[in-house]
Amino acid sequence: MPRTKIDLPYHVDHLSILDAEGNLDESLEPQISDDVLNRLYSGMLLGRRFDERLLNLQRQGRIGTFPPISGQEAAQLGAVATLRDTDWMVPAFRETAAEIWRGRTLESVILSNNGYSEGAQTSEKSHTLPVSIPVGSQMLHAVGIGWSIRYRKKDDVAMTFFGDGATSEGDFHEAANFAGVFQVPVIFICQNNQWAISLPRSKQTRSQTLAQKALAYGFPGIQVDGNDVLAVYAAAAEAVERARKGEGPTLIECVTYRISVHTTADDPKRYRSEEEVENWRQRDPLTRFQKYLVDKGLVNDSKIDALEKEVTEKIQAAVDNAEKQMKQFGDPLDMFDHLYADIPPHLAEQKEYLSKVLSTGNEE
Amino acid sequence: MAKLTMVQALNLALRQEMEKDDRVVLLGEDVGRDGGVFRVTDGLIDQFGEERVLDTPLAEAGIVGMSIGMAVYGLRPVCEIQFSGFSYEAFHQIENHAARMRWRSQGGFSVPMVLRTPYSAGVRALEHHSESREAYYAHTPGLKMVIPSGPRMARALLVSAIRDPDPVIFYESKALYRAFREEVPEEEETFSIGKSQIVREGKDVTLISYGTMMRPALEAARILKEKDGVEAEVIDLLTLSPLDDSLFTESVRKTGRAVIVHEAPRSYGPGAEILSKLVDRSFYYLEAPVARVTGFDVVTPLFSRENYYIPGVDRILLETRRTLKTH
Repeated sequence: MPRTKIDLPYHVDHLSILDAEGNLDESLEPQISDDVLNRLYSGMLLGRRFDERLLNLQRQGRIGTFPPISGQEAAQLGAVATLRDTDWMVPAFRETAAEIWRGRTLESVILSNNGYSEGAQTSEKSHTLPVSIPVGSQMLHAVGIGWSIRYRKKDDVAMTFFGDGATSEGDFHEAANFAGVFQVPVIFICQNNQWAISLPRSKQTRSQTLAQKALAYGFPGIQVDGNDVLAVYAAAAEAVERARKGEGPTLIECVTYRISVHTTADDPKRYRSEEEVENWRQRDPLTRFQKYLVDKGLVNDSKIDALEKEVTEKIQAAVDNAEKQMKQFGDPLDMFDHLYADIPPHLAEQKEYLSKVLSTGNEE
Repeated sequence: MAKLTMVQALNLALRQEMEKDDRVVLLGEDVGRDGGVFRVTDGLIDQFGEERVLDTPLAEAGIVGMSIGMAVYGLRPVCEIQFSGFSYEAFHQIENHAARMRWRSQGGFSVPMVLRTPYSAGVRALEHHSESREAYYAHTPGLKMVIPSGPRMARALLVSAIRDPDPVIFYESKALYRAFREEVPEEEETFSIGKSQIVREGKDVTLISYGTMMRPALEAARILKEKDGVEAEVIDLLTLSPLDDSLFTESVRKTGRAVIVHEAPRSYGPGAEILSKLVDRSFYYLEAPVARVTGFDVVTPLFSRENYYIPGVDRILLETRRTLKTH
C-alpha cells in the first residue's frame, strides 16, 4: 500500500499564431476564407469604432452607463466566427462585437444602453440570448441548451462567454461540472481581460492559468493569445468541431486586456497604471490583424480608408435612427408587458391604474 | 378511479405528460434510479430512460440554470429541488433569469419550466427540511407560485403547470405526501393556475388557506359546525401568484369575517397580502378585524417544538371564535 503518484494525462497548451507585431507562424495558420477574413476585419473595426462612439455619447449624456469592449474584439469575433446561424450564443455583457456579428443591430445596443428595454427585444430565431449581467450566471443556460441540442439529435453547439472574474463564481463550477458530466456540446469562452473592475487576475485565483480549470471537470482547456484573432479562431474551430462530433465541451481562455473602463462609471486610474495599459496597447488585436491582411493582399490603405468611412457612416445612421426611435419608445405602460405570456389580472389592474393616473395628470 | 396518495398522483401527472409530450424532461438530485427521496418520480426512469430522467450532480443552481437553458431551447423541463430549504442555493437563477428571461428579451425567449419542491413542516425532519417560504416566490415578478392541498388537485395543477408558458414554482406539502388518498381519474384532468376554490360553503365566517394548512382549516370548520353551530366557508387558494382574489372577496362580503391560515412566518407573509386585499375590496363589509393564524417569525423550530409553531386546529379555532365574538 505505497503512496503512489497518480499519472494524470493532462496538459494545457498555449496557442499564438500572429504575434504582437503581426508576424505569422505559417505552420499554424488556420484555413479561413477570404470572405470570412474580410468580415472579421470589418467586424473588429466596427466593434472598435462603435465602442469609441458609445463612449462619446455617454460622456455627452446621450446614453447611460455601458461596458466598453475595446481591446477584446479578437477574443469575441474569432470565437463566434466559427458558429453557424443555428448554433447558440450565450453572452455575458461585454460581447457587443460578437452580438453584432450574430445579428444584433447597433440601434438596439444604443437603445439598451440608454434605458430602453425595446433595445433588448430578441428573436427566438436569433439563437442569441440577451446579455446577462449577474456575473457567471449565464453559463448554465448554455449547458441546458447544449443538453437539449443533443436530446434533439442535432449537431449544433452552444458557445458561452464570461470573464476572468466569473471563474470565481460558484455557477462557473456548476456549469463546467454539469457540462463535463453530461458531455454537452458547449464551448466556454473565457475573456480573461486581466481585471474584474479593480481586482487583478492574480488575485482572482492562484491557478496558473484559467484554462487548466477545465481539466478538473474532465474536458480540455486551452489558453490562447486572445488578441490574436487567428489563434482564437483556430482554437474555437477545433472546439466547435469536437462538440459537433459529440466529443463534449472545451474551455478556451483568451488572454486579452480591457483597454478601457469596466463601465463608464469606473475610473481605472484608481487601481492600475497607465504604463500597463500602454503596454497592452502595443499588443492591439486590430493592428496586427490588419498587417496580416495587408501581407495577404486582402486590404490596402485605400480599402482601409473606405472601410473606416463605411463604418463611421453606419454608426452615424444607427445613432440617428436610435435617437429617432427613442422619441417613439418608452411608453411607461409597456413595463407591464412580457412578464408573463398573458397579463394576469393583478398586473392588468396596475397597468390600468397607471394609465388613469397618467391620463388624469395630462388633463390637469 | 384509483385512490391515490399525493405522491402517486404527482407521479401520474408526470408520467402522463411525459407520454404525451417528448419536450417534458425531468432532472434533479436522485430523481432517476432512486425515484426521488419522496418517490414522486418512482419508476419514471424505467419507462422513459436516462435520456428523459436526469440524475444531476448535487448542485441546485446547476439544476435550475440548466432547466432554464432547456426551456429557452424549447423543452418543458420539470426540475426537482429535493427540499425547498435548499432552493435558495438556486434563488439567483430563479430570480435573475427564470423569472425575467421573457421580460429581458421582450418576449423573444421564455422559460416554461416547473420547479417542484417539497415544503412545510410536520415530518420530524432536520433543519432546512421544514420551511414554508412561499412568500419569496410569490413576491417575485415573472413567477407563478402554486401549492396544492390534496392528491387530485395536485395532479391537475401539476399538469397545468407543465403546460404553462411561464415558470411555475410548485410547492408540494411533505406532510400531505402520504397523509390521505383521494379518487384521481386516470383520464386527463387540469385546473387553471390562478384560480382558487371554495371547498366548503358557509355564511358566518370565511377561512382562507392553502397547502398543508387546508386540513386543519377544514377540521376547524367541522368542529365549528358541530360545537358552535357556525357555518364556516373555506377557500383553498391553490395559486399564490397570480392570486385569485375574486372568491375570497365575494365570500367575505357575504360573511363579514375572515381568518387567514398559513404555516409561513407571519410578517410579510401571504396573509398580509390577502388581508390588504380584503381591506381594499371588502372593508365596508367587515364586521370584525381580519385574523391571521400563521407560523411565528422564527426559524422553523426543530421537531420537538414544531407543533407549537405550526398553526393547528386549536389556534385556528381560538382565532376564529375570537373573530366571531367581535361585533
